[in-house]
Amino acid sequence: MAAPETTPTLDLANCFPGIVTSDTRPGYSGCIVEKSRLLEVATMVRDKLGYDYLSSVTGVDYLPEDKMEVVYHVYKTTGGPGFVFRVRLARQDPIEVPSLVSVYPGADFQEREAWDLFGIKFIGHPDLRRILMWEGFQGHPLRKDWREAYYEEESKPFKSRWPEGKMIQAESRNPFGNNVAYAAGFDVEKLVPDDDAALYKALARVDAKDEGSLRTDHVVINIGPQHPSTHGVFRVAVVLEGETVIGLKPVMGYLHRCHEKIGERNNFLMNMPYTDRLDYLSSMSNNFGYALAVEKLMNVSPPERAEYLRVMMAELTRISNHLMAIGALLNDMGCYFTPMLYALEERELILDVLEGVSGSRMMCNYFRFGGVARDLPEGILEKISDLAFERLPRRMDEIERLLVDNEIIHSRSIGQGVLTAEDAIRYSAAGPLLRGSGIPYDVRRAEPYSIYNSLEFDVAVRPNGDIYDRLMIRFDEIRQSIRIIQQAVKRLPSGPIMAVKPMYQVRVPAGEAYGRVEGPKGELGFYVVSNGKPCPWRYHVRAPSFINLTAFGPMCVGQKVADLVAILGSIDIVLGETDR
Amino acid sequence: MYGKGILKGLSVTLKRFIETYLDEIKWLGKRYKTPEGIAHRASKNARGIFTVQYPEEKIPVPEEFRFIPFLVYDEGSDGRKTLRCTSCGICTKVCPPQCIWIFRATDPATGRPAREPAEFTVDVDICMNCGLCAEYCPFDAIKMDHNYELAAYKRAIFNKEQLAKPASYYEGIRPINAAREKVARAAKEGRK
Repeated sequence: MAAPETTPTLDLANCFPGIVTSDTRPGYSGCIVEKSRLLEVATMVRDKLGYDYLSSVTGVDYLPEDKMEVVYHVYKTTGGPGFVFRVRLARQDPIEVPSLVSVYPGADFQEREAWDLFGIKFIGHPDLRRILMWEGFQGHPLRKDWREAYYEEESKPFKSRWPEGKMIQAESRNPFGNNVAYAAGFDVEKLVPDDDAALYKALARVDAKDEGSLRTDHVVINIGPQHPSTHGVFRVAVVLEGETVIGLKPVMGYLHRCHEKIGERNNFLMNMPYTDRLDYLSSMSNNFGYALAVEKLMNVSPPERAEYLRVMMAELTRISNHLMAIGALLNDMGCYFTPMLYALEERELILDVLEGVSGSRMMCNYFRFGGVARDLPEGILEKISDLAFERLPRRMDEIERLLVDNEIIHSRSIGQGVLTAEDAIRYSAAGPLLRGSGIPYDVRRAEPYSIYNSLEFDVAVRPNGDIYDRLMIRFDEIRQSIRIIQQAVKRLPSGPIMAVKPMYQVRVPAGEAYGRVEGPKGELGFYVVSNGKPCPWRYHVRAPSFINLTAFGPMCVGQKVADLVAILGSIDIVLGETDR
Repeated sequence: MYGKGILKGLSVTLKRFIETYLDEIKWLGKRYKTPEGIAHRASKNARGIFTVQYPEEKIPVPEEFRFIPFLVYDEGSDGRKTLRCTSCGICTKVCPPQCIWIFRATDPATGRPAREPAEFTVDVDICMNCGLCAEYCPFDAIKMDHNYELAAYKRAIFNKEQLAKPASYYEGIRPINAAREKVARAAKEGRK
């Protein structure tokens, strides 16, 4: 065994005496950094300690202590456990903290989100605008003293439901418009939205220049929010010169429902079905991440059979998600619906399995803290092994034969939308986007959870970082997932499926936990803070679809506008997760 | 040769096109509107036309399928219907979107709370079909239904009468679960 490494906390505390202190609160880890020298500390964490990958940035509102906290989770792309550092700020506006975009460009959208939802101002951020809420929105919804429309109580279950539950429809109690907090003197009838001036101003521009006798100018076009190729209500504002993209800003939040606020009103178990609705194409993976985070806090681990069931379900989900991704990407490239429907056939059979196990095709709600909801019903294991051993390998060969040698696909995708390895890390790209750029980083191997350590599979990686590699990596990952399912089917042990007695209100000790899994779209993290009460104090989702979009702009610059749709398709976003 | 990849891909679609007809011939008219035909189209050997002609054909739902809760009642030999619900309120406490409302009945003689609901309402429009109420009900009183054809012009708010369904219905849609629960209930009774 190697000698125990000195923890980074000690190192840092020595380098920055008085600035970096380790976090001694029970249930917490990492260290607290004074905001005055945050940038230096972060640079050192990245360059000297090697934590080059910023996984998550989020705020926490500690209202009783009158503190606001910004929490950073960083990891090494070579693998291993991560490191947490945080800044504690007084809770008086303006709450200001230096922006880390210059150190970790992947913090861009996440800091905007923290500004939007917590009102934490990131000084030095290049484009600090709201990202999920609408422009002109008053207040910051994730602050603990902010109340939503139809507010009823601080936490569920609501007292009006039992024992004297007289049905009242929320909207009849609060007719629309009467329960929204507006600033003094604000009249919604007279609202003139400050249109998109700020957005357009933020777009990269080149000065109008004279080329010979021709004066050229740029054009701003909006793709979406109602556009078939954006996979949902997603908008992209693009600056073009001719047909070439010179700047681009994604605009999102059209599907925002403040998932995290709902999550903080819910108790721990109630959040499980809500996680299904994040990335609705891969609900089992979402369950997995959330269950891991809460299990870390509760300090329980599921029995072996449950672990196998979890892994089987998560990998089936990955296959069905990647099939959708391949089909949708081909649609975006103009190969209309033949590949999509070929992929949907196989996905349909996978959904049959998920439905048989969990009761629902897409909203599975299958995981529980300490196990899974129910054992495999009769006949399902045979279905899974039929799929894994016979049908899927055969059909994947066929779909590959259909697509991968096609010259049109090659010319549309090879060398297009390149994301270099360095950029992929800098922009905190995750999942197929990161591995398609040549970084063999997979949470299942980098920081193994569940039983992935005992399973044989290879981390799929492709070197070029173009659309073609991101397409092919999904084929590779499907093959690896089939391999995992084959092993799991063969070795599935018998035994209990729950480590603890199923309870509708779990006791979760105070503390924080960051549970992350390799979701089909990338690293999916759940940051949960508990204060010992039935509801989480803070519930944050590190959504891969959202953070992967940080790299979308840089990937598109210099490309033709027609390729933009294909590049977006190759990122594979789901708006339920992007907007949360 | 340029275009070889495209031709290779086209051979796949051509193969599928031919397979469709081969499968039709193999099944000779039994492929549609028969339970075996529907099962074949959802099996590992499915090829050719994959779709199911809803509503003429319906895919059978698996036992665990869940859609909107209902209340189970037992029928006595005299035809009296007694809801299993004891109005304990666990389903209202576990319901994530808080769509269940229970008004607990009081015993008219003593004025104390009775072990039955006076009113039981489910706002079906808000229900997210998570099945937690059925999972955590200690009395097997609330279960998830299989009937998914509930489209309506008005908002659906179900009261106690609309929600109540006989235990025989429950045993019909979920035979394995119902049998297991019956054994567990009997064991619990035996312990008492």
